[in-house]
Amino acid sequence: MKHVISAIVENQPGVLAHVAGMFAARGYNIDSLVVGRTEDPALSRMTIVVIGDEQVLEQVRKQLEKVINVVRVRDFMDADYIQRDMMLIRVHVTPEKRPEVLALVEMFRAKAVDICRNSMMVEIAGPEDKIEAFIDLVRPYGIHELARTGIIAMQRGKSKTGSETQNGKA
Amino acid sequence: MTQEQQGGQSADTSGFIGHTGAKIFHQMLLEEGVDIIFGYPGGSVLPIFDELYDTPIQFILTRHEQGACHMADGYARSTGKTGVVLATSGPGATNLVTGLATAMMDSIPMVAFTGQVKSHLIGNDAFQEADTTGITRPVCKHNYLCKDVNDLGRIIKEAFHIASSGRPGPVLVDIPVDITVAKAEKEPDFSMSLPGYKPRGGRGNERQVKLACEAINNAERPVLYVGGGVILSNGSEALRAIAQKGKLPTTTTLLGLGAFDETDPLSLKMLGMHGTAYANHAVQQSDCLVSVGARFDDRVTGDLTKFAPKAKIIHIDIDPASISKTVSVDIPLVGDAKCILEQMLPYIETKERPQWHGQIDEWKKKYPLAYKAEGNIKPQEVIDQLGKMTDHDAIIATGVGQHQMWAAQFYGWTKPRQIQTSGGLGTMGYGVPAAIGAQFGNPDKLVVDIDGDGSFSMTMVEIITAVRYDMPTKFIVLDNDYLGMVRQWQEMFYSRRYSGVAHPCPEFTMIARGYGAQAAKITDRSELADGLNEMINSDGPYVLHVCVEQEENVFPMVAAGKALDDMVMGELI
Ligand SMILES: Cc1cc2nc3c(=O)[nH]c(=O)nc-3n(C[C@H](O)[C@H](O)[C@H](O)COP(=O)(O)OP(=O)(O)OC[C@H]3O[C@@H](n4cnc5c(N)ncnc54)[C@H](O)[C@@H]3O)c2cc1C
Ligand SMILES: Cc1ncc(C[n+]2csc(CCOP(=O)(O)OP(=O)(O)O)c2C)c(N)n1
Ligand SMILES: [Mg+2]
Repeated sequence: MKHVISAIVENQPGVLAHVAGMFAARGYNIDSLVVGRTEDPALSRMTIVVIGDEQVLEQVRKQLEKVINVVRVRDFMDADYIQRDMMLIRVHVTPEKRPEVLALVEMFRAKAVDICRNSMMVEIAGPEDKIEAFIDLVRPYGIHELARTGIIAMQRGKSKTGSETQNGKA
Repeated sequence: MTQEQQGGQSADTSGFIGHTGAKIFHQMLLEEGVDIIFGYPGGSVLPIFDELYDTPIQFILTRHEQGACHMADGYARSTGKTGVVLATSGPGATNLVTGLATAMMDSIPMVAFTGQVKSHLIGNDAFQEADTTGITRPVCKHNYLCKDVNDLGRIIKEAFHIASSGRPGPVLVDIPVDITVAKAEKEPDFSMSLPGYKPRGGRGNERQVKLACEAINNAERPVLYVGGGVILSNGSEALRAIAQKGKLPTTTTLLGLGAFDETDPLSLKMLGMHGTAYANHAVQQSDCLVSVGARFDDRVTGDLTKFAPKAKIIHIDIDPASISKTVSVDIPLVGDAKCILEQMLPYIETKERPQWHGQIDEWKKKYPLAYKAEGNIKPQEVIDQLGKMTDHDAIIATGVGQHQMWAAQFYGWTKPRQIQTSGGLGTMGYGVPAAIGAQFGNPDKLVVDIDGDGSFSMTMVEIITAVRYDMPTKFIVLDNDYLGMVRQWQEMFYSRRYSGVAHPCPEFTMIARGYGAQAAKITDRSELADGLNEMINSDGPYVLHVCVEQEENVFPMVAAGKALDDMVMGELI
């Protein structure tokens, strides 16, 4: 099963290595890991999608909390949250097929960001399943290249990272 | 900042402005109360060694950085203080890895300092460069690469704080040589901004405490399962109080030995793979197992699915990640073992439970630890006699192997911080330097390393360190000419096909004398008592080479993957 975990970490060199190393050392499977800034320049947010059962998730959370530079951890197990993935995809599109593909782009509320003679680059954001669906639909045309950011997530109805549960660590 | 301004500021002796990194290093160590450093020099730490030239801090030069690291470890385990080790960049740093991992696995407080190549050369494959923080990250509780001399004071303060608080562990600080000669322009910020570090010491949740005590009081077959966490929290007295008030049978892990006095009738001695049969049966039959600062290691639980099947499990631990890691816990109690035990004491009721104690006594009579003092000298009898001759009061270090298990079984542990042994990593070679480190921390106590010929051979060079610094540490080499523990597995599980385990030994007494220690070799039972006596009463470091039965096995034994009470008992038990 996939779980989304978000960790607020100190914005310092070595933190990513520490977290990634811990995951590797303990044999956890990461589906995606995204690091980015937050509203506080001293802190970054890591959004990690891990694969495993509930027991694995619990250990991942606790082990993450043990990393000294990790300030807060939350898993979105039971929470009502928004998740977004973003993708750039270059699809093989001959001039004749352009209207067809543009219609798909329209339908998915995606954006054609670059059009060449035989291809089109599309930008699309949304929940993972929407992105997967788009990929499936354009696959018959031929995919030249694809890049995804991985998932970022945030709980609904909460205003600040600071209101998340504090953790203990030893 | 101009030279003048700097000069004006540095007149303030308490301040750091204008001081070099090396000087700040030195000031901070004094501030942290460090009185001894174990280490080895090299190019990238020359400025630090220059500062050490007139220091009141004792510097102990070892013969190998691994030795320095284990000495700092033995010093820390035996005193409860944080051990400090210092090594140069590259090979100096990589030689620390085994020592750091050993300390990490057993939660030992330690701060390691390593030199590093000049900041601007990092990443260039410079001479004696190694990615020290990268290499040591998985074997340290935390580590730092100091990139600005103005941060050095704070980093050192944080390092000592992190190493010794919460669940302790080693912290490494990597310092490029240019930082040690650069001069600080700011006072350090000692506010220790560690927003992500909130160790969970102190008391446990009161409701959970009551719940736990209720479960214990209601139990018919309670057992206390005590680990290294009780020693780390200095909680032995609180543990004794609870065990005696509640009349609770108590067993300890290898790392918990000494946390509970084995001469107490409530003691079940060690449990686990080579624990006593009565401890293992008690755990398996228990209806309420209380783990105090122990981490349900696989050497203890055997087959997890069959572990303590009837028991409600209570787990007291300072590290939330230890709880329900391998065994799912019914009543978790997060906090410091000593605080929580003290919190529990008033709620614990005195109950007789005659049936349970009767059953345990029966097991004790039926399955005592035993050996037969016939034929060649038995390793067990050496340890047994040593225990009696030293009133079960010496500080004992061990290597790793059969002799380690026999030491655990036969010495007779009475006090916390008495045993120095590598449990989690199982590091052969730990014994010699750890004993010497413990001796530095306890100069007036009798410290004995009970070692195997294999383990001893790995680090025996440090005997010269004991000689040089007048440490009267004793070393007993239980020489079976085998890597005995591995041989035992080959005998039992690989049809006695001995492969790579014969280990012919040198004349250890000659080596010891070459290092300047006293030494004797004994091969016959008639020499044993006198041999031990002479060793115990000798003034200086002493190596007692004892040739023992070669194919003796450690029993009881829970084979890998078996349930805890599914033991191979040997012929005698
Ligand atoms: C050859 C060999 C054979 C072995 N056979 C056995 C065997 O038969 N039996 C056996 O027991 N071991 C055996 N071991 C050792 C075993 O591998 C483990 O090292 C050991 O069992 C772990 O001990 P522990 O559970 O006390 O944990 P430790 O490693 O000592 O961990 C301490 C626990 O206490 C917690 N803690 C730390 N500080 C505090 C505090 N202040 N308050 C509360 N909690 C705290 C920590 O978070 C941790 O969970 C063997 C080792 C070797 C090398
Ligand atoms: C550094 C290291 N290498 C290998 C091992 C695997 N090992 C465990 S016990 C053992 C044999 C130990 O031999 P010795 O020190 O003579 O003790 P004995 O078992 O004979 O008492 C070995 C090789 C280890 N624990 N540590
Ligand atoms: Mg041997």
